[in-house]
Amino acid sequence: MTILKNRLFWPVAILVALLIVNVFTSNQFITLQDGHLFGTLIDILRGSAPLILVALGMTLVISTGGIDLSVGSVMAISGAVACLLIKDLGDQNAVGSVLLIVGVAIVVSAALGLWNGSLVAVVGIQPIIATLILMVAGRGLAQLVTDGQIINVQSSPYATIATGFFLTLPVAFLIAMAAVVLISVLTRRTALGLLLESVGGSPSASRLAGIRAKRIIVMVYVVSGAFAGLAGLIYSANIKSADSIAAGNLIELDAILAVVIGGTALIGGRFSILGTVIGAILIQTLQVTVVGIGVPSKATLLFKAVVVVVLCLSQSATFREKVFGRFKIRTGVPA
Amino acid sequence: MRVKMMAAALTGLLAVSALAGCGGKDDAGSGKDDGKLVLGFSQVGAESGWRTANTNSIQTAAADAGIELKFSDAQGKQEKQIEAIRSFITQKVDVIAFSPVVTSGWDSVLKDAKDAGIPVILTDRAVDSQDKSLYKTFLGSDFVKEGTEAGNWLVKQNEGKTTPVNVVELQGTVGAAPAIDRQKGFAEAIKANPNITVVKSQSGNFTRAEGKTVMEGILQSTPKIDVLYAHNDDMGLGAIEAIEAAGKKPGKDITIITVDAVKDGMTALADGKINFIVECSPLLGPQLMDLAKKVHAGETVEPRILTEETTFTQEQAKAALPDRKY
Repeated sequence: MTILKNRLFWPVAILVALLIVNVFTSNQFITLQDGHLFGTLIDILRGSAPLILVALGMTLVISTGGIDLSVGSVMAISGAVACLLIKDLGDQNAVGSVLLIVGVAIVVSAALGLWNGSLVAVVGIQPIIATLILMVAGRGLAQLVTDGQIINVQSSPYATIATGFFLTLPVAFLIAMAAVVLISVLTRRTALGLLLESVGGSPSASRLAGIRAKRIIVMVYVVSGAFAGLAGLIYSANIKSADSIAAGNLIELDAILAVVIGGTALIGGRFSILGTVIGAILIQTLQVTVVGIGVPSKATLLFKAVVVVVLCLSQSATFREKVFGRFKIRTGVPA
Repeated sequence: MRVKMMAAALTGLLAVSALAGCGGKDDAGSGKDDGKLVLGFSQVGAESGWRTANTNSIQTAAADAGIELKFSDAQGKQEKQIEAIRSFITQKVDVIAFSPVVTSGWDSVLKDAKDAGIPVILTDRAVDSQDKSLYKTFLGSDFVKEGTEAGNWLVKQNEGKTTPVNVVELQGTVGAAPAIDRQKGFAEAIKANPNITVVKSQSGNFTRAEGKTVMEGILQSTPKIDVLYAHNDDMGLGAIEAIEAAGKKPGKDITIITVDAVKDGMTALADGKINFIVECSPLLGPQLMDLAKKVHAGETVEPRILTEETTFTQEQAKAALPDRKY
């Protein structure tokens, strides 16, 4: 019974159930084609990369008791900056220049994260308000960069970020996994994770205990910004264009959902990186499943809501006790 | 501490409103004295390339027609648009035109305009007012007709054939008028050939990224796809990426029909990746200026005027592409 009590049991169970549905609805669940893996499972892994990255940053921010609403706008800005610079390249297929531009876009995104972090930690604005500013203004900024148009690029190195394969696996997913491993090592193999949780638990107590809470808070927003920027690059490379209106639209809500499904409390403190990754893949699988089983568009949101509600209820110990508690007593009677 | 936080929050908000306020402000001075016709126009916003082209068309056409244009950008907010229309009334412009952000809630401000004796023209989107005398005319595309044109072309391509044709449809945003009407028109038109059936219809939200993701899913779950009908070019362009990634040839293995005819879509059409595009033209500036002159002169105009639009095949796209403005 201990496995049932694990917070991640239910998300994993629902994820497996959805994947099984996909095995039946798809022609190719997983096969080898053109020298790389192909099929629904690979589509899911590839498609979930931006959400994993955004949710990863969000997990760190939430663990300090904050929230970052600006991730979607940062995605839009990062994609816009990258496509604008690549478009002006003499040779769009020059790997070195594209890598440099990718670096520039990530630095810009990290700088936007620094702005968020400074507003929260230095000026003392509530995180939801501080990041709301960039959420609203940022999308305008992205549209200013692209002049309200969709910018197309024809750069194969850039497209590789989202659609390429390395060792038969999608590059986008590998990038996301590299970020996950990096953050896991930093938070679980050093004292950083403990510091984050203590800042989330009580910033003033942490400060009195000698932890530089402000510095840690600024840092998580910078990381969140940089990861959102990377996600924005994957998003725009996937469609080989910068769509500043649609990029990352409402992704902050999906990211918060992924974090919550993964078992991180919104009030801060303890966090689970593995849980967030499972949450993000679950949300992406849900989206693919909707198309696979052909849920009518008008009912799509309802279908998603039902799955999420079932998941959240099954995660609640109180609810399980109320519903399944009776069965336990009954089976207990004969003994 | 609290005062400090408030002050900081206020500064932040001010910064936002300052940023938000920098678009589309025109000088408030009235230009009635030089005898030029003055047109007050309130635009929805600048949410897409289509909209930007629409704005440019209106601004250029006004300059060409010698009409003084007072342009105001509502940034997608109805209250801003109502405010703009009220300010047009106070400035006593000759004609008011606007693209309503939403369909309802216009009666009171339109009545003010009517009482002030200023004729109103709706462009691109309609309002649901019961009192049709509140505006002179509605100039815009007929989305049902666009769907019908797309369907008719497909029926014509399959004339005399008896093989079943499996169509997948990428719908626009659920509940949006163009999505509902383009679906309706297409469904009506393909009834003419019982071999043509829509086997899957999913929303791609009018965006490239969602068009791609949804098409990936459809390609995996539908055994045989002959035709893709996308409610706009962007979703079609996203779907093309998905089709290519699946090792199929867009435009050959799967026939692709889209609506809009923006430049990127036309380029794909000329490259043979799309087979047919129904135009939904944002270039209604010249027609609007004609109408403004007519209603100002007191002439009666039709209550519903369609934008001049056409359809494009691959050959026509190659010819039209060089001077495509948007």
